[in-house]
Amino acid sequence: MNKKISALMLGTALALAVGTGAFAGDKVVKIGVLNDMSGLYADLAGPGSVIAAHMAIEDSGLTKKGWTIDVVSADHQNKPDVGVNIARQWIDVDKVDVLADVPTSSVALAVSNLVKEKNSIMLNSGAGSSDLTNKSCTPNTIHWTYDTYTLAHGTGTALTKSGGNTWFFLTADYAFGAALERDTTAAVEAAGGKVVGAVKHPLNTADFSSFLLQAQASKAKVIGLANAGGDTVNAIKQAAEFGITTGGQKLASLLMFISDVHALGLQTAKGLNLTETFYWDLNDGTRAWSKRFQDRMKNHAMPTMVQAGVYSSLLHYFKALDQLGENPHDGAKMVAKMKTMPTDDPIFGKGSIEPNGRVIHPAYLFEVKSPAESKGPWDYYKLVATIPANEAFTPLDKSTCPLLKK
Amino acid sequence: MSVITDNSASASSGRGVRDEMVAFVIMAALLATVPFTGIYPFFVMQALCFALFACAFNLLIGYGGLLSFGHAMFLGTAGYFTAHALKVWGVSPELGIVIGTAGACALSVVTGWISIRRQGIYFAMITLALSQLVFFVYLQTPFTHGEDGIQGIPQGMLFGLFDLSKPTILYYVILVAFLLAFLLIFRTINSPFGEVLKAIRENEPRAVSLGYKADQYKLMAFILSGTLSGLAGSLKVFVAQNASLTDVHWTMSGEIVLMALIGGLGTVFGPVVGAFIIVAMQQYLAGFGQWVTVIQGAIFVICVLTFRRGIVGEIAALFKRSL
Repeated sequence: MNKKISALMLGTALALAVGTGAFAGDKVVKIGVLNDMSGLYADLAGPGSVIAAHMAIEDSGLTKKGWTIDVVSADHQNKPDVGVNIARQWIDVDKVDVLADVPTSSVALAVSNLVKEKNSIMLNSGAGSSDLTNKSCTPNTIHWTYDTYTLAHGTGTALTKSGGNTWFFLTADYAFGAALERDTTAAVEAAGGKVVGAVKHPLNTADFSSFLLQAQASKAKVIGLANAGGDTVNAIKQAAEFGITTGGQKLASLLMFISDVHALGLQTAKGLNLTETFYWDLNDGTRAWSKRFQDRMKNHAMPTMVQAGVYSSLLHYFKALDQLGENPHDGAKMVAKMKTMPTDDPIFGKGSIEPNGRVIHPAYLFEVKSPAESKGPWDYYKLVATIPANEAFTPLDKSTCPLLKK
Repeated sequence: MSVITDNSASASSGRGVRDEMVAFVIMAALLATVPFTGIYPFFVMQALCFALFACAFNLLIGYGGLLSFGHAMFLGTAGYFTAHALKVWGVSPELGIVIGTAGACALSVVTGWISIRRQGIYFAMITLALSQLVFFVYLQTPFTHGEDGIQGIPQGMLFGLFDLSKPTILYYVILVAFLLAFLLIFRTINSPFGEVLKAIRENEPRAVSLGYKADQYKLMAFILSGTLSGLAGSLKVFVAQNASLTDVHWTMSGEIVLMALIGGLGTVFGPVVGAFIIVAMQQYLAGFGQWVTVIQGAIFVICVLTFRRGIVGEIAALFKRSL
């Protein structure tokens, strides 16, 4: 029991030591990068997002102006209650001002509620759910980088317009897959295309052969993969074995990142179509930034759009802080300030933040290069189409965000 | 409390029960002082919910000898039922807890009735299979909102008196619920029912030959364990303010085995200690990123290889006491 008591006292001492509160109007900022460090999303967010956060601090130049900026990070293991607990402790005890990244929709939605309750800030880059700026929007959350609307409409519309006007869906049989299929179908049909069929597959399927044969037999020009993670990777690998892309059909993955392409290899992924809002080799600005990022990564990986989004969102936050001259420690006030300023950085270019918290910038439809076309490591994409900012995200008049109905 | 001391006469060793009562009072006193120590109350509340879950699980494996590998289904079911009742139907917190716990109870009657017919690895596999079935049901049914989960659940006023959105009040409500459930488990394992259960664990054919209907005892233990796991799930909703697929996933069933094992299977306090250790690791080592799962795995291996009785089991053996 003695041990227990001394542990208690140690805990108390620690809590008191870190609990020295920040006062309104100082120049102290604490950033919390909350994401998946070990699981499914560790490559697309993970430690890379922490590096991106540090780069944002350096590029903001605030430390030279006398600001003290700290970064903490943690692994939410894709569990909402772990995520919420960490976030709550960060806000209550460690006085964290901003939560950045937060991939996985369930965690993001849970943290978004908490952040509103505590009047803190969430700058979300990693989560895909478009609910964050629709029915679950709050005055404390800004959603960067992408959402399911971007993925569905980017790939659906742009691919249909560039000739892929008949579609067949391979859909994971759960809410996420159904939503992705529904949204993409709407986009395809609005662009004048036709959906000739769809097949649902159970979650975590190892054998896609019968589904792929149906897709092949449908003679659709595009096979849309409305699934995620391991299912997408399995489907793509097996599609390569069936020679689907070499047979003239296009494979479109509705949720995929450059880290997935890297893991698959070009031989397997070649010909795949996907939508992203950032690619390292887009222009001089993205190339210069990505090289710096790559030099810092232990495995020399290029940044994903999620990591780029973490950088961009924090940079914008620092610009707002710089204009205010001090940290108000007031989440809603900071977010309101950020919404009044246009976003501009070398990565996403010029953009803006809508009243519902959605950041608007262009998105791009890419096709994965074949090994012969690729000139070197990480040379993976060729640009098929640029989706203008106003088409890449939910139009404001269609957003169901309660903040808009004032 | 007098009920329990009275009962000690029929228990195997009066001294064991007395030791355990002393330890219980110390534990209750330590936990009651938490809000004054500066320890983060939400961490302790989360740990208490898992401690209750681990104790309920331990009732089945430690005293009934039945290794269930699907206990997450009770935790998750109760969580979803309570969350839905609170958020959509807008019921009061006490009714929400009753609805959640009753849901887990009903599920444990059905799954228990199916699974207790087999033993050992077959029992574990049947419970795992059933919990996977339940997982896919929750993945598909609209009211759970799939992988988004049920979010932003209102905490409300317990009995119209206690404002559960205040951390200190919530803490004591959770603590009282935990201690009552803990006493219920304690009472159960020291009752004649518990003695029969232990007899069945040690030698089932012999217990049957003595005239005990082993299946009925096992079913009863299964239902009790499932229902209390459900209570843990319902309470957790008030702490986390969300209900998600994590709580029905099979990894949760694995985590609870780990908690019970580290603390000590078949000890009264083991699961509580195990739950606090694992939850503390998840919470305070979160900064180490991917290393948390590696550390958990290493601890599991060390525990199984070097102290198989678990932390509390080893301490109890060292002092030749029952804890």
